[in-house]
Amino acid sequence: MMEAVNNIVDLVGWEAIKLVIGLVGVLVVVVVNALVLTWAERKVSGHIQRRIGPKEVGPFGLLQPIADTLKLISKELLTPKNVERPLYFLAPVIVFIPVMVSFVVIPFDAYLQVKDINVGILVVLAFSSLSVLSILLAGWGSNNKYSLIGSVRSVAQNIAYEIPLLLALLSVVLMANSLSLRDIVESQKGLWYIFSQPIAFLVFFIAGVAETNRTPFDLPEAESELVAGFHTEYSGMRFALFFLAEYTNMFIICAITTTFFLGGYQGPILPGFVWFFGKTYLLVFVILWFRWTFPRVRFDQLLNFSWKLLIPVSLLNLIITGGILKL
Amino acid sequence: MTNPVAIVKGAISLIIGLGVTIKAFFSPVITTQYPREEINISLRFRGHTKLVGDKENPDRTLCIVCGMCEKNCPSGAIKKVEGEKKEGEKKKTLTTYILDFTTCSQCGICVEICPVDALAFSAEYNRAVYTREECHFDLVQEYEKRKAH
Repeated sequence: MMEAVNNIVDLVGWEAIKLVIGLVGVLVVVVVNALVLTWAERKVSGHIQRRIGPKEVGPFGLLQPIADTLKLISKELLTPKNVERPLYFLAPVIVFIPVMVSFVVIPFDAYLQVKDINVGILVVLAFSSLSVLSILLAGWGSNNKYSLIGSVRSVAQNIAYEIPLLLALLSVVLMANSLSLRDIVESQKGLWYIFSQPIAFLVFFIAGVAETNRTPFDLPEAESELVAGFHTEYSGMRFALFFLAEYTNMFIICAITTTFFLGGYQGPILPGFVWFFGKTYLLVFVILWFRWTFPRVRFDQLLNFSWKLLIPVSLLNLIITGGILKL
Repeated sequence: MTNPVAIVKGAISLIIGLGVTIKAFFSPVITTQYPREEINISLRFRGHTKLVGDKENPDRTLCIVCGMCEKNCPSGAIKKVEGEKKEGEKKKTLTTYILDFTTCSQCGICVEICPVDALAFSAEYNRAVYTREECHFDLVQEYEKRKAH
């Protein structure tokens, strides 16, 4: 037995095995996170409206997402007649891959990280901006006016909000002197960056909410005007992939916020990953809370907010940070 | 948009909004889990009409079989108000009183017109039937059933 294991290790190397185990772990986290979040979203929305939310399937309705998943899996995959077939089929797959890659560099604990890349944050930002492409493909390929309007909005919105997102992170990177997520967490031993960079935190979180297309910035899938936006024509498992990607994106934004501003896995007594997930899910709750508080913004307000407020503020913040560090 | 006063004011209003929703989040739920729990029906709820029993002699109802309700019903929902005079009693005793609940609109004219206040609204709200005929029910039998309980 040991010999066989040793042989395999020799053949492919430890690094590759570690990567495979890490990716399987990431897959598990992604799926479980999506299940928990769909449940949490309905429960939070229920209680904010003073209802109960799901409660029939399992204790506190905890098995409801599993029932929903079974239903989505068993549904027939409908393909509308005049869709651009390659694009239509490709979009739900593409939406999912970049999301998975971003997980690789997130440090869940001091030693719980699939791979510490020295340009980690670049990987996350590069791949999370790819999800716009899949939204565009979905909207274009669906041959549906609502889908197209939704995806065009999404592209404009994501381009507008990527800039303040980057600038806000850049001021933290300047302070930490590193692009590796692990180094950034380690440099917050004394003081979390939320206290030294409160403006960057605010800008990043707002831009993050906009990047994940969540309310109040949910114009790409505005239910009341665009049916379901870019995923109008998708049903069954293809729709589920978009859904999964949305919730995973939400988790990633919150995880990056935790890593950059809330000290990541650092905290007293409890093990690191408990702190990490605790902080991340607190932020996720805040996003859910936003959804049931704020109405959707208009499109001109959305773009004005980014170009006229967030970008100047984050740029100013970056310049001031750089100036102070130079002194 | 870039007016700083407007931005600050807007931010404050957003925070106030968040306060409202979080308060609602932690307040108790107000939904009633209907099949598992029920709430008390308000006193003036109008279910189908029911016969009121005689307090001194619960075996009989207050009805004197005058037929006013049948004559005054705008929908013709009250049929066959019949009674007989039992030996040793001064008033007639009701034997049948058919209420057609499919046409009854709970207007309450029968309840108001009754000279002896023998009719009242019941609090029953979850009547579901399979056929139309099941909605034609005899209030006398319903009274007997209630008496037995």
